[in-house]
Amino acid sequence: MALDKSEVEKIAHLARIAINEDKIPEYASSLSSILDLVEQMQSTNTDDIEPMAHPLDATQRLREDAVTESNQRDVYQKIAPATEDGLYLVPKVID
Amino acid sequence: MHNKTLVELSQQLASGALSSVELTQHFLGRIKSLDPQLNSFISTTDELALMQARLADESRAAGSAGPLTGIPIAHKDIFCIKGVKTTAGSKMLDNFISPYDATVVEKLNAAGAITLGKTNMDEFAMGSSNETSFYGAVKNPWNTNNVPGGSSGGSAACVAARLAPAATGTDTGGSIRQPASLCGITGLKPTYGSISRWGMIAFASSLDQAGPMTQTAEDAALMMNAMSGFDSKDSTSINQDAPDYTSELNNSLEGLKVGLPKEFFKEGLDSGVQQVIETAVKDIEKLGATVKEISLSTTDLAVPAYYVIAPAEASSNLSRFDGVRYGYRCDDPANLEDLYKRSRGEGFGEEVQRRILIGAYVLSAGFYDAYYIKAQKIRRLIKNDFDNAFADVDVIMGPTAPSAGFALGDKADDPVSMYLSDIYTIAVNLAGLPAMSVPAGFTAGLPVGLQMIGSHFSEPRLLNIAHQFQQATDWHKQTPDAFTK
Repeated sequence: MALDKSEVEKIAHLARIAINEDKIPEYASSLSSILDLVEQMQSTNTDDIEPMAHPLDATQRLREDAVTESNQRDVYQKIAPATEDGLYLVPKVID
Repeated sequence: MHNKTLVELSQQLASGALSSVELTQHFLGRIKSLDPQLNSFISTTDELALMQARLADESRAAGSAGPLTGIPIAHKDIFCIKGVKTTAGSKMLDNFISPYDATVVEKLNAAGAITLGKTNMDEFAMGSSNETSFYGAVKNPWNTNNVPGGSSGGSAACVAARLAPAATGTDTGGSIRQPASLCGITGLKPTYGSISRWGMIAFASSLDQAGPMTQTAEDAALMMNAMSGFDSKDSTSINQDAPDYTSELNNSLEGLKVGLPKEFFKEGLDSGVQQVIETAVKDIEKLGATVKEISLSTTDLAVPAYYVIAPAEASSNLSRFDGVRYGYRCDDPANLEDLYKRSRGEGFGEEVQRRILIGAYVLSAGFYDAYYIKAQKIRRLIKNDFDNAFADVDVIMGPTAPSAGFALGDKADDPVSMYLSDIYTIAVNLAGLPAMSVPAGFTAGLPVGLQMIGSHFSEPRLLNIAHQFQQATDWHKQTPDAFTK
């Protein structure tokens, strides 16, 4: 399985990661070799096998729909890159 | 005093021969003078440690002390500690001061343990050599030209060099057991769900599991008693009472049925490692066990399936690092998309990016069934394979890793060959089983670990086997020359 430059760029966009142009060939080559490794799965017949999401086949635990957390906005925003008036700042999205 | 086990130190604290402040100062001093050779710590928490030590001494004087009261330990830098920098070995979190404690930290604090500092690790626990850390590689204390293993390499190296009596680690595909093997210490990866994942920075949530890294199995049992137990804050925490992990330590191994998977002893296994493992198994046999060859025919499928499931979960988990709420943000973003892309492009190292990209690829439209669902089906085949084996034997044994600690830089440029260093450990995580690595000997002066894999919830039995092995051998007592004094 060999990925080309445009495929690497497409995946990088999906993952929202900026990759320097000069790094792309290296990524294309290492990702392709990982996919070759992964490809070994295809030789095994898995018809009628139920996919396993959890090692103990547990299901999601539910809880009462009740407030369990107190408001700690100030604590959490202290470690944010940019905030103002209790809001997280990002570059302008709508003109 | 640094060559003593956690249990021995605990006895000295109890007898009054030693105070926790003295003990804590001793280890902080060792870290300061010796760790520059190893780089096993990202940060130390001297003030916090000495404050905790004073409180531990006070509570002991007041008549309230448990086995861990006043014992200094190190935490892998993947566990959040309130008010302490928590980096996961990444530039992305170089400025992250955690606003809360991980459950593991909270529990160990409640048991009276002292936090010496945060140990170095592969970035976001992605690696098998500790070379992907933003804070530089960790060196193996047995030979500083070699890797200590990963991703909990800092925890393994600091316990091996006796810079801490015990440390926490996490294991997603072998990250406790493989470095334990390469550094000559004892490591336990518990049954999935035994220890809360809350406050432990996520890599692959269906595989991640915390565990203790110690000199001995007995020490590991005491750490397990403090670390494990149901936590409503972790949606996959097992809702049942945790056992007393020390309860079976002294049982006899008479009648124990050991299985050796023939797939663990074929091409790819270093001959020196193989010799050590064969001798160790004979020693277990002398303790009353019977040994037979078994087959785990899905062995070769584990690494391929893991490199779909783990990256897929990682790409989802690591999407939270967006430069908005915490962590690294790029300078002068042109727009929101540029903010996301450059923060992640500049904040994550190459191996982390590689895994996120693989994850995004296998989850993308049109590939999901061929990769992700296929891997989950293989995951069930692997679990079935273990279930069948455990119908016949009590414990599976073999090497933890195919070789001893390899040279720094040896595999750094070849991800696939690095991935194969976890060939014997990964299947255990896919099946959610408990497993240990126990020091079993040396090859060319480097330690080798014996892996013991049990069925779900068999930790007390695994600890029993490891403890009995350690009563009959002294591999776990060996220390690297440069760090003995």
